[in-house]
Amino acid sequence: MVRELWESLIESLEGLGSVIRFLLRLIVASPRALMRYDLIAQQIFNSGALSLVIIMLSGLFVGMVLGLQGFQLLQRFGSGEALGTAATIGLVKELGPVVTALLFAGRAGTALASELGLMRATDQLSAMEMMAVDPVQRVVVPRFLGGVIAMPLLAAIFSVIGIYGAQLVGVQIMGVDSGSFWSQMRAAVSLSDINEGIVKSLSFGVACSLIAVYEGYNATPTAEGVGRATTRTVVTSAVVILFLDYLITAAFL
Amino acid sequence: MNQSTPIVDIKKLDYAINGRPVFAGLDIQMQRGQVTAVMGPSGTGKTTLLRLITGQVMASGGCIEVEGQNLRQLSRKDLYILRRRMGMLFQNGALLTDLSVFENVAFPLREHTDLPERLIRQIVLTKLQAVGLRGAAELMPAELSGGMSRRVALARAIVMDPEILIYDEPFVGLDPISLGVILRLIRRLNDALGITSIVVSHDVQEIASVADQVFLLSGGKVVAQGAPADLKRSPSEIVKQFVGGLPDGPVPFHFPAPDYFSELLSRSEDH
Amino acid sequence: MRKSHTLNLGTGTFVLLGFAALFFLSTQTTSRGLSFGRSPHYILTAKFDNVGDLKVGAPVSMSGVEVGRVSKIEFDSKEYKAVVQLRINNKFGQIPTDSDASIYTQGLLGGKFIGLTAGGAETYLKDKDQIDFTQSAFVLENLIGQVLANFTKSKADAQSAPPADTKPTEKTK
Repeated sequence: MVRELWESLIESLEGLGSVIRFLLRLIVASPRALMRYDLIAQQIFNSGALSLVIIMLSGLFVGMVLGLQGFQLLQRFGSGEALGTAATIGLVKELGPVVTALLFAGRAGTALASELGLMRATDQLSAMEMMAVDPVQRVVVPRFLGGVIAMPLLAAIFSVIGIYGAQLVGVQIMGVDSGSFWSQMRAAVSLSDINEGIVKSLSFGVACSLIAVYEGYNATPTAEGVGRATTRTVVTSAVVILFLDYLITAAFL
Repeated sequence: MNQSTPIVDIKKLDYAINGRPVFAGLDIQMQRGQVTAVMGPSGTGKTTLLRLITGQVMASGGCIEVEGQNLRQLSRKDLYILRRRMGMLFQNGALLTDLSVFENVAFPLREHTDLPERLIRQIVLTKLQAVGLRGAAELMPAELSGGMSRRVALARAIVMDPEILIYDEPFVGLDPISLGVILRLIRRLNDALGITSIVVSHDVQEIASVADQVFLLSGGKVVAQGAPADLKRSPSEIVKQFVGGLPDGPVPFHFPAPDYFSELLSRSEDH
Repeated sequence: MRKSHTLNLGTGTFVLLGFAALFFLSTQTTSRGLSFGRSPHYILTAKFDNVGDLKVGAPVSMSGVEVGRVSKIEFDSKEYKAVVQLRINNKFGQIPTDSDASIYTQGLLGGKFIGLTAGGAETYLKDKDQIDFTQSAFVLENLIGQVLANFTKSKADAQSAPPADTKPTEKTK
């Protein structure tokens, strides 16, 4: 039993090392890959623009729930007017980056992993190697960078829509004063809160995109191999996101 | 480089996958300008041999020389330069699914040359014409049949005017007509462009009609080589089994198993 | 290349939306507003016996209006006082030289901030001037201690004489 634990620990360490080496390889190939901005733009579209609908919808609903719950809770202490502050801080620092990252892993992460896995399974990556084109530079890095760039933008959009969702519920439905909603928020929220949110979503972007392209690129070239890679992407991303969330929150304290 | 120096020279090649030896002391010489066929039963490592020739994997022992260059001594950059003189046709075409037929064929040109758009267009259309698919230039790979995508892959493989063309199981899953088309193309391109072709296949009859030289592999070694006609007359058991398509012979029908009778009996005794 | 129009439009819109959201978050939800960079200001200093948990960046207000921020808090080891540097916006250049600076608490248990009360002088504080009249932070523990001390004292007095009110005052120069 202990032996199995030990072995899986070693395996995880090996996996981590492998992922980090892949990241280094991506970083090294990035400068030349950046020159093909058309490829990167395409990937920003795939990972970002195509995720807009789900992110906006989720942001709206999360914001609305935050408005409801937040108001109920604050009202008990007579601080219903602080809803603006509570919703904004909750969204910008935690819910925005984390929920966006989880949704991203589910939608864009799986798309990246399965695309690359399929290219691996149909020999497209080998064909590129044969044509003396580095598949990492041409196919993997643009997808990685696309995800990294898209994530903070998505998280920001999520937060903004969430704030309006909270306002919708709080002001229109629950009767919080609109002026107080915004002015208390402005007084209490500082730029460092926003910065913390941006740092988080950037880190999540790097982590999720890295995991997705890594799993896809190294997938076993069979149908089930690709399926497994896709599942692993979501699971690993989720765990890493939540872990990083704790680290960064603690670091900013 | 005189006529007798082989374009691909494999000497005493050793290669193992996960400890299991695939090749041990393999010797193959392929001549320039010829169509060379590599045949053998499933699992003998024909595709692995292609990967070794193109440098995608490295041998553990022995030496492979392509165009006089020892693959082991090449840097990654030099390997890439060498690969530009080779064209490879993969088993399932391996077209890039997000690009159109035209873009797929143009891919190597766009990546490696700075040619103006007009020139690229002319070259691509010429190559597509050579494989008979000029009219399909705007289709996407998903809209092509198996035979068509393989022809497009062929056009892509020749677009940079390579000196060596490698075909990995080009006939698998094709209907007789498409098969005939590919066969004809292999021979015609080889002679018209003055290149060397290496075909890995196990379609004996088809290959025999176009190959100049045949190597038959089994158990990681060359068990027969020569012109197709010679092979058909060979007295070797394994060649006969292979050429004749016989179910049993040196390559056994039965997967290794314990004695049949005793296995049956022992099971009924357990009841 | 037919797809490139929708592609460009889509990507461009998305990136624009994203940056608009970031901009919105940075300016409309924080007190920073649309001010970029540091507005022109001048520096005043004030010495306190006890600054409590006053933090750098805390607001400095006058009549409830924010006029600046605390930019530095240092310790003077000769006078054993806290030296607080106030960065005052140039817009508010008419603070009389005899004004006083006190440390207040936001709400009941909030953070500390500095409130300036105008004096009657006709000259105004300039860059690098010092505010001479200061009142230190209200430290909760001290008040509790005083209340308790008062309470026990009044109890003792009640047994001998009618209770006298004593209000604790702390005003330091």
